[in-house]
Amino acid sequence: MKDTPLLQARAVHKSFGEIEVLKGIDLTVRQGQVVSLIGASGSGKTTFLRCVNLLEEHDGGEILLDGDPIGYQVAGGKRRRLSETRISAQRARIGMVFQQFNLFPHLTAGENVMLGLTKVLGQGKAEARETAEHWLRRVGLAERRDHYPYQLSGGQQQRVAIARAVAMQPRLLLFDEVTSALDPELVAEVLGVMQALAESGMTMLLVSHEMLFVREVSHHVVFLDQGRIAQQGRPAEVFDNPESERLRSFLGRFHGLFGKALERS
Amino acid sequence: MLASWMTPGSFLFEAWQAREGLLAGLGVTLLSSLFSIVIATLCGIAMGVALSFGWWWLRLLARLYVDLMRGIPVLVLILFTYYGLALFGINIAAFWAGVIALGAFATAHVAENFRGAVESVPAGQMEAAKAIGLTFPRRLWYVILPQAFRRMLPPWVNTGLEIVKGTTLLSIIGVVELLLASQQVMARNYMIVDFYLLALVAYLIINFAIAQLGGLLERRFSYLRY
Ligand SMILES: Nc1ncnc2c1ncn2[C@@H]1O[C@H](COP(=O)(O)OP(=O)(O)OP(=O)(O)O)[C@@H](O)[C@H]1O
Ligand SMILES: [Mg+2]
Repeated sequence: MKDTPLLQARAVHKSFGEIEVLKGIDLTVRQGQVVSLIGASGSGKTTFLRCVNLLEEHDGGEILLDGDPIGYQVAGGKRRRLSETRISAQRARIGMVFQQFNLFPHLTAGENVMLGLTKVLGQGKAEARETAEHWLRRVGLAERRDHYPYQLSGGQQQRVAIARAVAMQPRLLLFDEVTSALDPELVAEVLGVMQALAESGMTMLLVSHEMLFVREVSHHVVFLDQGRIAQQGRPAEVFDNPESERLRSFLGRFHGLFGKALERS
Repeated sequence: MLASWMTPGSFLFEAWQAREGLLAGLGVTLLSSLFSIVIATLCGIAMGVALSFGWWWLRLLARLYVDLMRGIPVLVLILFTYYGLALFGINIAAFWAGVIALGAFATAHVAENFRGAVESVPAGQMEAAKAIGLTFPRRLWYVILPQAFRRMLPPWVNTGLEIVKGTTLLSIIGVVELLLASQQVMARNYMIVDFYLLALVAYLIINFAIAQLGGLLERRFSYLRY
């Protein structure tokens, strides 16, 4: 089926104890699309990404990757968590880049990228090394292959983390505020890599507070408000015609900083 | 000069006379320590995995074991393993009873240290390992253990030192390890101070070697920073 969306979330619910964090999220990501989640702190952006990658267990609704339900199986009206092996296999089809990089500190940059290639995809050492080198070159770090994470700057670490995720050739890449922990002068190099990935046709779902970047790179922007989608659409629609007061005031905070540039684009 | 040192009644002469017994005792001390350390390390890590990642009932069982072992004097455990089990018709050689008791005791310490070490690895590490699709055993083996191991080293060296010292307790159930071997020599020549001193120096050297080995391993992991 050519029309099956790459990722489809239907009425996704998630609670932590008493607190309902996601109150029914419906979201579609098509092959090659870049979709961005924006919203105030605590609106559930991270939680949603973590549900997609099965780091959290959503407790209602379903998430389909290429039409397959993620994490759960419904049989005889009963919803059952998939086995650990099936879940790991599903996670391998989705890449994730974290705010805090989370590189493996005991492995070099090259080994960080190679680990999943050899232990999940079953590539041989030589092939994995070549793949790793290719992607480290793509993020501009070919000569840092043998460096340990502590020998790299934050921006470089984050680029290695992106190489590690994308080298697995995932169907979908998730980015959760991947520039928030970086010094301002290192943000551009990471955004540059992400933009290049987007232009190469990678399907991406990202959370970001870099509104200029979101506006420029996204095909579709989703505004989350208190666990619900309050507005979504093409970047120009969302940024230029905020329907709710909440979105207006959310964007207003950024206008204060980048007002001129946002209005220009 | 040498002649007067080597006359009967001199320390060197008596030590030379007793060399076979003393060396055998040293061998028993080293072997029982080694076996106990290996048992404690393997079982301790397995139990540590249960403590950190097990189903709730497994965690509970492991927790019970650890707390029980930490509450019992080692000597009581050694005596129980040797005499107590015999009452139930289970007869084990004194040497192995001692090794099992020491190993079982130290298992609890290794397990607890493992749990602490695993918990000190940032949660993001496990999540990053999940995100690339590694299965649980591989996440453990390739991501968590290498990092936890570094943090486990200092307490693990301590456990090793405790075990070596603990082997002296095996003399009570008749295992002729270094201490009992030394005492047997004293019973013959009454050179009590000399031979206790000799044993003391031997224990110090063994433990110094273990501590050095630990330090060496620690330096091998010095790249592990966040
Ligand atoms: N493990 C957890 N246990 C309990 N509550 C949680 C947990 N994780 C998140 N929450 C709560 O869920 C809500 C949504 O959190 P989430 O991290 O998804 O927000 P966010 O939109 O990513 O915010 P931010 O922009 O600050 O990153 C918050 O109120 C948070 O306190
Ligand atoms: Mg967040």
